[in-house]
Amino acid sequence: MAQHAPAAAHAHDDHHDHKPHGWRRWVFATNHKDIGTMYLVFAGIMFFVGGLMAMVIRLELFKPGMQFVDPLLFNSMTTMHALFMIFGAVMPAWTGLANWQIPMQIGAPDMALPRLNNFSFWILPFASAILLLTLLVPGGGPAGGWTLYPPLALQTADAFPMTIFAIHLMGVSSILGSINVIVTIMNMRAPGLSLLRMPLFVWSWLITAYLLIAVMPVLAGAVTMLLTDHYFGTTFFTAAGGGDPVMYQHIFWFFGHPEVYILILPAFGVVSEIIPAFARKPIFGYEAMVYAIASIAFLSFIVWAHHMFTVGMPLAGQIFFMLSTMLIAIPTGVKVFNWSATMWKSSMTFEPPMLFALAFLFLFTIGGFSGLMLAIAPADFQYHDTYFVVAHFHYVLVPGAVFSILGAVYYWLPKWTSKMYDHKLAKVHFWLSAIFVNVLFFPQHFLGLAGMPRRIPDYATQFTDWNMVSSIGAFGFGLSQLLFPYIIWKCVRSGAPAPARAWEGAHGLEWELPSPLPYHTWETPPSAAVIARGAEH
Amino acid sequence: MIRKALAPIAALAAVTSLFFSQGAHAESGWHLLNMRQGVTAISREIYSLHMLIFWVCVVIGIVVFSVMIWSIVTFRKSKGAVPDTTMVHNTKVEIIWTAIPVAILVAMAVPAAKTLVQIEDTRNTELTIKVTGFQWGWQYDYLENGVRFFSRLERKADAARQLGSGVDPNTIPNYLLDVDNPLVVPAGTKVRLLITAADVIHAWWVPDFGMKKDAIPGFVNEMWFNVDEDKTGIYRGQCTELCGRDHAFMPIVVDVRSKEDFQTWLKATAEAQKQAAAPQPAATAHAG
Ligand SMILES: [Cu+2]
Repeated sequence: MAQHAPAAAHAHDDHHDHKPHGWRRWVFATNHKDIGTMYLVFAGIMFFVGGLMAMVIRLELFKPGMQFVDPLLFNSMTTMHALFMIFGAVMPAWTGLANWQIPMQIGAPDMALPRLNNFSFWILPFASAILLLTLLVPGGGPAGGWTLYPPLALQTADAFPMTIFAIHLMGVSSILGSINVIVTIMNMRAPGLSLLRMPLFVWSWLITAYLLIAVMPVLAGAVTMLLTDHYFGTTFFTAAGGGDPVMYQHIFWFFGHPEVYILILPAFGVVSEIIPAFARKPIFGYEAMVYAIASIAFLSFIVWAHHMFTVGMPLAGQIFFMLSTMLIAIPTGVKVFNWSATMWKSSMTFEPPMLFALAFLFLFTIGGFSGLMLAIAPADFQYHDTYFVVAHFHYVLVPGAVFSILGAVYYWLPKWTSKMYDHKLAKVHFWLSAIFVNVLFFPQHFLGLAGMPRRIPDYATQFTDWNMVSSIGAFGFGLSQLLFPYIIWKCVRSGAPAPARAWEGAHGLEWELPSPLPYHTWETPPSAAVIARGAEH
Repeated sequence: MIRKALAPIAALAAVTSLFFSQGAHAESGWHLLNMRQGVTAISREIYSLHMLIFWVCVVIGIVVFSVMIWSIVTFRKSKGAVPDTTMVHNTKVEIIWTAIPVAILVAMAVPAAKTLVQIEDTRNTELTIKVTGFQWGWQYDYLENGVRFFSRLERKADAARQLGSGVDPNTIPNYLLDVDNPLVVPAGTKVRLLITAADVIHAWWVPDFGMKKDAIPGFVNEMWFNVDEDKTGIYRGQCTELCGRDHAFMPIVVDVRSKEDFQTWLKATAEAQKQAAAPQPAATAHAG
């Protein structure tokens, strides 16, 4: 602590250094904390926009018959719910967390490329606005599913070029963000902080950033070909002109499968930070954790066609993609076992971040199980495009990615604001979320197995009961999320002061910084002793 | 073989299902919680693979969750637990928990690959029907017999499913799962479907037959099924690839008949279609 006294003394400098004030502080932001905050606030807003769309979906599905929306609007709700949640909520939330945490955790003053950082954030509100505005143009929003499969996607009306432009913008934003993350991690680590001493959150983001750079251009290529097919007379994906609609699916899923790991790998990182902190015990198998993330990332490039077992692939192709997909279970299993081993012979307490991490552990594992089932190609012929798939990916994305984002915010919020939030309220938020998320998604396994296809606004009457249960879960889950912004607002407004190391068992360089945080994070690199204390996993 | 091994587990599952269906209304039951076994050899094969991998997951889940729950209950600071901070690595344990999943996966992959080989064995089919998906219905074309017709959502359901129709779907039998002209096939026959589409991608799926295949414009996909001789009856399914506004409203109904009944139907239909197609002097006749 002693060596930080000067930094703390500098805190009053904030008022007369070059820090911009008012709206300029945000529009021209180059500080990683401000940009991180903007990313997180933006992600939060998009989470509620996408959530509202989910509410429309679950409202219409509450009982059979068409009660509220036209089928086409329903289709655009499912399409845009996915696009907003993936590109608007989860990915920006991870980038926001990266912005806040990476410089603090590696002993850097800021991100390496602050203006690029500003640019990559400010693209996003425009991209989302364009996407949202498609709901108002003739023909309505995109309604062909977030995968934009041709030829159906080519039937989209005026929303089509807007959707593609929005996707391009979001892709540019994530590529720039990833470049920034990689450059920062590679060049700005404090002396002595070797790669294999980095916190696992930083590791997970480093690998995620490479995945993003590898696959976002592939998505951009695919949607550009859609655009030229639609407006410039090419026939990449149009059979009538010698094109191949299935080729689109191959290209899309070559992006799409790594994309789902882009959404979940940082979650692995977060959980690997939170569990050791509240178990008061270093992570078990640190290096195995790093290698597991790396192998999952590698495997994600060779499993894409498991999303398309029903397109009519050759037998050898089906067997290959089945086997490669099953392989993913091994590194994923290693991670789950290591987290469990971290809790073994530990000394746990159950503050809100830990609760979310534990829920992640149980519920993500359930999502992993249904993933393993889906890998079995013959069984997938039955599961494919049913609610079983919907249940599977929501289990990995909601109690998986979203819970770990919530856990991460609850973990680091006291550091960011130097105030502590209301634990009781946060625990209420946790329990409501954890219960309703299961009421919402567990019955969808039954619906899928009983034969209910996904992406339908109306269904045969035997599916009524579980749809009602699922919808009730959805409304409960949606409403309980309103607690989250309130808890944060209350914390910022009137939280009790939090110590620099907000959690007893928290390790990592971020907890070595004084609270409130200095404007520039590590103006001088942390000393070897601080690194040694902070980097013990 | 798998099925035999699973018999006791299936019994347990049936008991579990009874437990679950308590309280739900009469329609609920095992078939609304789990995959159906179906009426073809392949669908049963798939069902047993599904149950096998399901129970593998259940067993792994019980082990892993028990460890987690045990830890959560036992290793609490409030109970005075002291962390063993030296426990950070154990090569032996790590090798074991990597090797066991590998073994389980190999054990799963072998029967799964065998089933795939059977599914892809399209030799010796006895009847070929071309299936064309379109927005929003199906066309069936008995290639060897010149019989062809369209199959669309049955009218009453089509009226009821309009936004704000005021009709209670529960009053309509087989709501959204009934068509005007079902596909008719013989039981105990290896029926080959050549599946394609006229506009966008659709998918043809009857859960009781165990298979689903995409209907893709410009492609002809091949799929076969062979319904057990004694399992004649009506089987229902739906389009399972998002295909636009009325994706939910293009059901599939297959009427499986005995071989003799099928031949009778085929002859009568071929005759009727020939007559309908023939130029008629007075009125223009259109069936359906
Ligand atoms: Cu269709």
